[in-house]
Amino acid sequence: MTIIEQPKEYKVIGTRPIRHDGLDKVIGKAQYGADLKLPGMIWGALTRSPYAHARIKRIDTSKAEQAPGVMAVITGADMPVAEAIEIETGEEVTNLAHASDKLMARDKVVYKGHPVAAVAAADQNAAIEAARLIEVEYEVLQPVLTVDEAMASGAPLVHEDYAGKDLGEETRNTNVADHFRHETGDTAAGFAQAAVVVEREFELTMVHQGYIEPHNATALWKSDGKIEIWTSTQGAFGVRSSVAPILRVPETDIRVTPLEIGGGFGGKIPIYLEPVCAVLSKKAGRPVKVVMDRKSVFEATGPTPGGRIRVKMGANDKGDITAAEVDLYYEAGAYPGSPVGAGAMCALACYRVANARVDGYDILVNKPKTAAYRAPGATQAAYAVESVVDEICQALGMDPLDFRLHNATREGDRRADGPVYPRIGNLEQLQALKDSEHYRTPLEREGADGRLRGRGVANGFWFNGGMQSCVTINVNSDGEVGLVEGSVDIGGTRASIAMQAAEVLGLRAEEVHPVVVDTDSVGYTDMTGGSRTTNATGYAAYLAAQNVIAGMKERAAILWESNADDVEFEDGVFSSKHDSELKVTFKELAAKLTETGGPLAASGSIRQRGSGGGFGSHLVDVEIDPETGKVDVIRYTAAQDVGKAIHPSYVEGQIQGGATQGIGWALNEEYFWSDQGVMENSTFLDYRMPTALDLPMIDAIIVEVPNPTHPFGVRGVGETPIVAPVGAVANAIHDAVGVRLTQAPMKPQRVLAAIKEKNGNGA
Amino acid sequence: MHPFQYLAPTSVAEAVDALARYGDRARALAGGTDILVQTRTGRFDLDAVVDVKRVPELTALTLGEDGLSIGAAVPCYRVYEDAEVAGLYPGLIDAASLIGGIQIQSRASLGGNLCNASPSADGICPLIVHYGQAHSAGPDGRRSTPVEEFCVAPGRTILEPGEFLVSIELPRPPAGFGGAYQRFIPRNEMDIAVVGVGSSLTLNAAGDRVESARVALAAVGPTPILAHAAGDSLVGKTPGIDAFREAGELAADAARPISDMRGDVNFRKELVRVLTRRTLTTALERAQS
Repeated sequence: MTIIEQPKEYKVIGTRPIRHDGLDKVIGKAQYGADLKLPGMIWGALTRSPYAHARIKRIDTSKAEQAPGVMAVITGADMPVAEAIEIETGEEVTNLAHASDKLMARDKVVYKGHPVAAVAAADQNAAIEAARLIEVEYEVLQPVLTVDEAMASGAPLVHEDYAGKDLGEETRNTNVADHFRHETGDTAAGFAQAAVVVEREFELTMVHQGYIEPHNATALWKSDGKIEIWTSTQGAFGVRSSVAPILRVPETDIRVTPLEIGGGFGGKIPIYLEPVCAVLSKKAGRPVKVVMDRKSVFEATGPTPGGRIRVKMGANDKGDITAAEVDLYYEAGAYPGSPVGAGAMCALACYRVANARVDGYDILVNKPKTAAYRAPGATQAAYAVESVVDEICQALGMDPLDFRLHNATREGDRRADGPVYPRIGNLEQLQALKDSEHYRTPLEREGADGRLRGRGVANGFWFNGGMQSCVTINVNSDGEVGLVEGSVDIGGTRASIAMQAAEVLGLRAEEVHPVVVDTDSVGYTDMTGGSRTTNATGYAAYLAAQNVIAGMKERAAILWESNADDVEFEDGVFSSKHDSELKVTFKELAAKLTETGGPLAASGSIRQRGSGGGFGSHLVDVEIDPETGKVDVIRYTAAQDVGKAIHPSYVEGQIQGGATQGIGWALNEEYFWSDQGVMENSTFLDYRMPTALDLPMIDAIIVEVPNPTHPFGVRGVGETPIVAPVGAVANAIHDAVGVRLTQAPMKPQRVLAAIKEKNGNGA
Repeated sequence: MHPFQYLAPTSVAEAVDALARYGDRARALAGGTDILVQTRTGRFDLDAVVDVKRVPELTALTLGEDGLSIGAAVPCYRVYEDAEVAGLYPGLIDAASLIGGIQIQSRASLGGNLCNASPSADGICPLIVHYGQAHSAGPDGRRSTPVEEFCVAPGRTILEPGEFLVSIELPRPPAGFGGAYQRFIPRNEMDIAVVGVGSSLTLNAAGDRVESARVALAAVGPTPILAHAAGDSLVGKTPGIDAFREAGELAADAARPISDMRGDVNFRKELVRVLTRRTLTTALERAQS
C-alpha cells in the first residue's frame, strides 16, 4: 500500500472486520427479491415484443383472461400517461414519458423484448403460460441497428416525434438525440506542433453488467390508495421518485423496501417492473411479484452502449501531447440518454491537453435503452484513447508509463470540458504502478507450445459522485448502536459506513449494527452508485456519530451537574475538563440514558458535491495462441488512488471486480445481433463473462491521496477500475503479436484474423 | 411450462411402454441437464418425462474382454473415475471430464449427450473415434447403430417414438491404439465448443505406420461428422506432423460449418485444421506410451 499523506492514526478505519451481512449471504439466508413471499401474493409475467421495431395494430387479451388462474391482464392502455418531463435519477436524467413507454409499449415497440402486456395469475407457471396467449398484431418496421444506420439520411426514425439537439439547436426528424462539443485551445495549431500524429477509429458493441440476480419486483396497491413495493434496486428513493409520476400518485403514498441486491453495477438504478406490478396489483387486489428471466434481463434492461469512436492525437518529440480530437458516437438504445456525456468528459481526463476538441453524439437505435454500467461511458472512450496513446509511445520510443506520467493531469489542471482539478492522485498512482514488482519484472516473451506474450498498460479516470445521504444512529442501553441507512449494500457498504461511525464513537465495527431500511424509515438517500456511498453515506454516518457524541456529552454533563462544553470525548471515554476524577465510558453512559433524559438518537445528513476524482492505471500480461487467437490473461496489476481505504479488503475487491469486468469486455463479452435486431446470445452460455478459471490473481495497489472534502479522505473506488482494462488488454495484444485490435471484444476469431492478415495469409 | 407426468419404470419393457404411450409428447430423462433446461425454456412441450435411471441396464458400467458397455444413464464422473476405463479409452475421458463442471458431470451422461444430438456435443466425437455402437430398445425390439449414424439433424436422432437408448458399447482397443478429444472454447472451462475434434489411430506392431485412424468433428455441421477421408489418409503412413497436417486439411474439407455467434466459417475451418493436428499428435503420444 502506498500512503502519500496519513493525517492521523485510526483504530477502525483501515482494518478488515468481517462484514455485518456476511454470514447470511454466505449461508444463503439473506433475503433477495426472489425469496419474498407475502400473504395472498400472486405472480406476474410479461408479454414481450418479438420485433425490434414495429407498430402495434391490435392486442387481443381474451384468451389470456380466460386462462386458468389468471386474475389480471393489462396492456399499455391500462398504464397512466406520464408527463414528458425530466427528473434526475442517480447517474442519469430520465424523461418520464420515455421511462413509462419503456415499461409498456403503447403504439409502437422500439426494441426486442419491449413489454406489450402483462398478466397476473395464481402461480408463476400459470402467469407465463397466460402471457403466451396474448395475441398481438404488429406492422413490422425496419429496425435501426447501428449508429451509422441511424445517422444515414432517410433512415427510419426510432421516434417520429422526437426533437433532438445539435450543438444546442433543436432538430427534427432525426435519430441523433443530442450532439454536443467541448473545446479548448486550437487543435489545428496543436497538431501543427506535433512530431507524431495518430488517428484511429474504434468500434464497440453493447455489453451488459451481467449481475447474477435478475430484476424483480413485488407491489401491493392497497385499498387506501397507498402502494408498497419490494424490489432489487440500487436506490429505493429513486424507485419511489420514478414510480410516483409514472403512476401519477403522490410520492408520499409509496413506500419502497429495498431487498438485498445480487449485483447492480448501475443497471439497477432504472426501474422496469415496479409500475407494472403495481397496476396488476390494483386490478387483482393482491400483491403481485415478477421475476425476470435471464433472456429478458439481456434483451430488455439497460446495457452499456456500443458505437464508434474516432481519436486523433499528436505529440511533439519531447513527449508532450500537443492536441487531441475525440468523436464519440454512442448508442442510446431506444430512448435518448446514453452515457456519452460522461464518456466525453472522461476521454482526455488523464492528460494535460492544451488543444482539445471532444464531440459527443447520443444516437437512437432499436436496441434496449442503455443504462449506467460502472463508470458509464468512460471505458469505451478510454479503450480508444489509451490505444492511441500506446501507438504514440511506440512512435516516440517512450516508456508507456513515463509518457503517461509526463502528461498526467494534476491539481490545478483544467479538464477539456472545463473543471479545474482539486487535489488528485493521478501522478501518485501511475508512479505506484511503475514501481510495482510486476512492472519492474521483464516479461518472458514466449510461453509454452508456441504461445506469445505481451504486456500493456492503460490509465483511467472516473469523477466519483457525491449526492445526498441521511443516517440515523440509535444508542442502545448496552452501549452498542444501531445505524439506520438508506444505502442499499453493494460491495460491503454496511461495513464501510458502520466503520466510519465506529471510528467517531470509539466503538468496534461489530458494535455498530447497520440496517438498510425502506423509504419511510430514513431520510432521503440517493442510490448506491456513482462510487458515492462510502464517501457520502459514510460522511452522513460521521455527522450522525458526531451528533451522538454531542448528545452523550450533554448526558454526562447531567450526571456531573456541569455543562456539556466541559465534557471531552476521547478513545471511548467521556471526561470532565475540570475534574480528572470524572470519567465515564461510552458503554457506561449508554446504560444511564433513561436516568439522564431518555433515548438518544441522532441523525446526520449531507449533500456531497462530488467525492474526489479517481485515477487508476492497469498493467496486464497476456499470452496468445497464435493458431487460434485465444488470449489468456496471465498476470494483472492495478494501481488506484482511493483517497482512504476504509476497509482495504473491499477496496481491493472493487479494484479486482472492475478489472474482471473490463477483461470480460475486452475479450469476449458482446451483444451479438441478428440483422433484425435480435440478440442471439441472450444466455450466460453464449454471453461470455470470465469465470474464475479465466483470470489470474489481480493484484491491487492501493494508493491513498486523501480527498480534502471528506473527513477521512475517502474517494470513490468502485467505478474507476473498469475504465483502463479494455485499453490495457488491447495494448498487451499489440505487444504480443503486433496487431492493433480496433474492435471490441477482441475475441479469438478477431485476433486470429488480424494475425493472419498481418502475416499476409488472411483467409 | 405445463404440468407433466413423471414416470420411473424399473425395466426396459416398462420404459418402452411408458414412452410409447406418450409418443413424441414424452422424453426419456437421465441426468436431466439438457432436458430440464430445454423444457423450462419451452423447447419441448411435454406430457411426460420417463426417468430411466431405475432401469438397471441403464446405470451399468461394464468393462469386459470384448470392450466397454456404458449404460445410457451412467454419469460422466463414473466413467472418468474408473482407472481401467480411463487407461483404455483416453479420448472418452478427455470429453467426460470437460462436459460442464463437477456438478454437471455428476448428473450428465454420455448417453444423454448422444440423445440430445447437439452438433457441438463433446461426448459424441470420442464415441465415434472409439468405434462406438449405440444399443436402443423400442416397441419393435432392440437394435444397434454405429454412433456416427445415430444423429440425423440438430436435436434429432434415429430413435423412433417409444424407442430409447439403452447403452453404448465400445470395443476393447487393440495394442498400439491412442485417442484424444479437444475442443476450442473462448474461455478455459464451462463453455460450449466452437469446434471439437476427436481423433484416434492404431499403429502397427513396429509403431512406425498407421494401420487405422478416425477423425470426428463437432460443431461444424448439423450433426457430428466422421471425416472419413481425413482418417483414411493416415492409413499406411508414418505418423507425424506432415501426415497430421494433411489429415487436418481433409478434415477441414469435410467440415460444413455455419457462421454464427460462436464463430464464422473461416474461423471454424481453421480450428478444425489446428485441432485435428493437435488431437492426432496427442493420440500418437498415447499410442506410443
